[in-house]
Amino acid sequence: MASRTLPLFSCVAHNTFRSHMRLFGSGGGNGLSAVSGAVSGGVVGVVGAAGAVGSSHLLLDRGLAVRPFTSGKKSASASSTFVQSTSFASLPLSRSTSSRDHVASFSTNSHDHSNLHQPDQPDNSPDVHWDFTEANYDKVAEIVARYPSNYKAAAVIPLLDIAQQQNDGWLSVSAMNRVAAILGMADMRVYEVATFYTMFNRSKVGKYHLMVCGTTPCMLRGSRDVYAEISNHLGGVEFGDSTPDGLFTLSEMECMGCCVNAPMIAVADYTNGTEGYTYNYYEDLQPGDAVRIIDSIKDKGISSVKIGSQTRGTCEPKDMQTSLTSTPPGPFCRPLIKKEAEQKA
Amino acid sequence: MSVASMSMWCRASCRASSLSLLVGGSTGPLLGGIHNNALVRTLSSSSASAAATPAAAAAVAPEEPPPVEVFVNGESVQVPKGVSVMQACDAAGVDVPRFCYHQRLSIAGNCRMCLVEVTKSPKPVASCAMPIMPGMQIHTETPLVKKAREGVMEFLLANHPLDCPICDQGGECDLQDMSMAYGSDRGRFVEEKRAVEDKNLGPLVKTVMTRCIHCTRCVRFATEVAGVHDLGVTGRGGSAEIGTYLEKALTSEMSGNVIDLCPVGALTSKPYAFTARSWELRPTESVDATDGIGASIRVDARGHEVMRIVPRLNESVNEEWIGDRGRFSYDGLRRQRLDAPYVRGEKGAPLRKATWKDALEAAAHGLRSTPSTKLMAVAGKLADAESICALKDLMAMYDGQNLQVEGVTPSSDAADVRSSYVFNSTLERIEEADAILLVGTDLRKEAPLLNSRLRRSAVYDCVPVASVGPDVDLTYPKKDLGDSAKAIDDLLSGASAFRAVLDGASKPAIIVGAHVLSRPDAYGVLSKCVQLANDVGCVSGDWNGYNVLHECAGRVAALDLGFVPGPKADVATAPGFVYLMNADDEATLASIPEDAFVVYQGHHGDAGAARANVVLPGAAYTEKGATYVNTEGRVQRTKRAVPPPGSAREDWEVVRALSEVAGLALPYDDVDGLRVRMAEVSPTFASVDSVQQSTIWLNGSTYAASKGSSKASTAPFTSSISNYFQADVIGRSSKTMARCVETRGEMYAKTHDVGSTLGELGEPSAHPLGD
Repeated sequence: MASRTLPLFSCVAHNTFRSHMRLFGSGGGNGLSAVSGAVSGGVVGVVGAAGAVGSSHLLLDRGLAVRPFTSGKKSASASSTFVQSTSFASLPLSRSTSSRDHVASFSTNSHDHSNLHQPDQPDNSPDVHWDFTEANYDKVAEIVARYPSNYKAAAVIPLLDIAQQQNDGWLSVSAMNRVAAILGMADMRVYEVATFYTMFNRSKVGKYHLMVCGTTPCMLRGSRDVYAEISNHLGGVEFGDSTPDGLFTLSEMECMGCCVNAPMIAVADYTNGTEGYTYNYYEDLQPGDAVRIIDSIKDKGISSVKIGSQTRGTCEPKDMQTSLTSTPPGPFCRPLIKKEAEQKA
Repeated sequence: MSVASMSMWCRASCRASSLSLLVGGSTGPLLGGIHNNALVRTLSSSSASAAATPAAAAAVAPEEPPPVEVFVNGESVQVPKGVSVMQACDAAGVDVPRFCYHQRLSIAGNCRMCLVEVTKSPKPVASCAMPIMPGMQIHTETPLVKKAREGVMEFLLANHPLDCPICDQGGECDLQDMSMAYGSDRGRFVEEKRAVEDKNLGPLVKTVMTRCIHCTRCVRFATEVAGVHDLGVTGRGGSAEIGTYLEKALTSEMSGNVIDLCPVGALTSKPYAFTARSWELRPTESVDATDGIGASIRVDARGHEVMRIVPRLNESVNEEWIGDRGRFSYDGLRRQRLDAPYVRGEKGAPLRKATWKDALEAAAHGLRSTPSTKLMAVAGKLADAESICALKDLMAMYDGQNLQVEGVTPSSDAADVRSSYVFNSTLERIEEADAILLVGTDLRKEAPLLNSRLRRSAVYDCVPVASVGPDVDLTYPKKDLGDSAKAIDDLLSGASAFRAVLDGASKPAIIVGAHVLSRPDAYGVLSKCVQLANDVGCVSGDWNGYNVLHECAGRVAALDLGFVPGPKADVATAPGFVYLMNADDEATLASIPEDAFVVYQGHHGDAGAARANVVLPGAAYTEKGATYVNTEGRVQRTKRAVPPPGSAREDWEVVRALSEVAGLALPYDDVDGLRVRMAEVSPTFASVDSVQQSTIWLNGSTYAASKGSSKASTAPFTSSISNYFQADVIGRSSKTMARCVETRGEMYAKTHDVGSTLGELGEPSAHPLGD
């Protein structure tokens, strides 16, 4: 960016950002309305924009916001071209992991660092050729066929999902452009969708993407301990970071809908492309569970770990059933077959 | 605001669905209860234009929709069915604050500033997005409304920087104005404000994204009006930001309009940045002379300098947009200016500054000493009607008959029939066309504002558009029929499939680009076009769909004044004396023999002045009250915003002075006398700001008598403009325009390729978003 002005937000402390996002209830679900806006409206992201006005306030750290911008260094890593601040030690971070010197993110998920494409990435530029594999083209064609031809754009999210699986867990610009071309959408409309949803990664991730739920129920049930455990076990990686061997990326996610089995993590497996792709939940984590899961993934692959609750069958009460103990008294479902026969007659 | 919003509503509804009833000419009576006279005027004028063809009106409006009565603050208002609460308030003359709503864009409903109270509604409603219901009681002045709007304002200001003193929008900022009404004198927001990285949108639009309130007007403008899907909202919630994701400049020729649309200071003019405050400027309402559309503009000047140019509302010409060249090339008015007369002593000697007396005497000597058969005068692209008329009269005094219009192959046929060289359908009514054929034109470069109207037709009304000419991206789907005259032959013979489309249309239109006029085989091609227009029924009733699009401001006036070779003229004779009035085209200059004595009159030291023996400095369009005729034949006047530099003079005065020095003074001493003379030559000049309908249509035989009329070469059709930003001397002198060219060059090189496997999945529709 030739004339990039000094990004104050490059000083945003990541953790502060996340915690406040949570505090103000943004960054969560609300997917459906946004999808419809994205697909039909032509003005994608209106929902997000409205949210910006009313719902959440990103907080810059008070001490940093006024600090003059001094460093001209740019990180050459693919994950961030943002300026690394020299000292974040004095940051009053809300968590114990205040040693973080990573600079932060203004994007919606904790993995990417910006809502904008960062230039000067040789493997993430529009010039790189990217295309679906033959096998995936079958899937693409099947998905596109679900929608009327003038509403092909409705397939953007499933197609981006396939692209991400194929592309080792992240969406390069050329992958997004390819999806846009297939669906006859403008590139920008696809970027809007990809930046809106937290599950789309726009920079490289590890082979396994560990996502710790950080929303209130999980937090109350100890998700911060889960985070600390994983972080320590992986050598101090923080949200948004990957392990040096490229095996794991640690991210924080908003509510993934498993509050009843809190705390939980989700693990996306990108080791085997689209065919081997899995996205599994590990719930009811007790101390040590997260580490055990990670180790067994490391040793024997992801299939060796029990999916779902680690202590229960599904989501039944922990000790004994306190409700629904007898046969439900009705009324029961309408006898639809009978109804249908009546209508036909 | 209300006028425009209502008229837009009419368009929106008729385009959207079956509500087309309203445009059908029968809206008059239902407006009885509307208090706003302007509104009535707009609605009835739009109905008049549509109703002018009785058959069409009958087809479109079988019955009147009943008006709906609503109450705004207790007062009864009759409004058409389906309008929004905000429009009902506008009709009642009640002001509703707004940021995201814009009458020419789709409704976003995301700023929430327009909240009003509606009886029986549990919450305040966003009036821009709420349709009216019969008997609705709308309240805009209640404590609830005030409190709701104050709440919205507080949230908007929470993250808005307090940099009004250094913000270019200061003084003309919607947010600033509305915070006077709904803002608090202190904020409760004690946390840090968010800050957003600025975007580089190219050399025209400056961004300060921290100021952005996410109204998405710019996004909607780019997508819907300009037709470039460059801008969007990335991220969401507190991290949402407006941008292009990949850094790139806006690819539109009308991108500057987002500056006017932005209700805050997030998008401002880069060339204007920090040069003036809005209250220091002296506004002059004028007309854009940098293209053939003749957009209504306001020239803001300080002292002797034009500081910026912004559009004025003119529904029948430019709506409220202007192209980037018209808006930003004003810095070219300060550079390369001819501020004094120059005379070249002898052949090969450099031009030397001279007094007016010496220069005029030199020019007069050249004029007098050349035999009349070797006199030639050229009216250039920026020449105004007054100076053309004066020059024509001057040449007539010396019996010089070789008069030429720049960009038109010289022939007396060129100006014979007015309907053969103007945009007959008018710019406003081209939207009624139901099939459009473009011949030899790249509308995006030649007339971006017209292109935006056509885009509306093509995209929202699905009007089929086909093009014989350059294969360019016009931002909407169009069918390419080829790029040579053969494609027109195919249309004439019926071999082309598009012929059936034109035949089936009730109001077909053909738009002939200025490139065709300049071709050696111009009259052959034109006669074919006229023939085709006739064959497919382009002219019927009050509809004349045969349109010639001029890319410059001076040409229609010149043709109206008959600035074409006279009956005794022999254009093949090498001229001995050439008078160039604002003529700088390469083609013009190339046709002048080396030993000819050239007088150049104009305002910029460009190619014409470099060739000249005598240079007479004139005034640019911002420096004179001059008449220009736009491509549809609309006579419009500019006003003097700043004086011409140095000893330059208004152009007609120069010609008048020369005539006196030469010995035969022109018979008018002031501009009024000259304008009377212009009206004598062509009655169209008698009425300013209106289009005189060209009544004569020779049933396709306009060029029947033209020499070589049946011949058309196979040379490909191109555009008359290859470089949008530097199409005239002002643009060529402008640094801003030079930067645009630089940026565009890079940009076009970067467009990425769409892969080859598309065929399996079917062709992507060009506009997938339902637009």
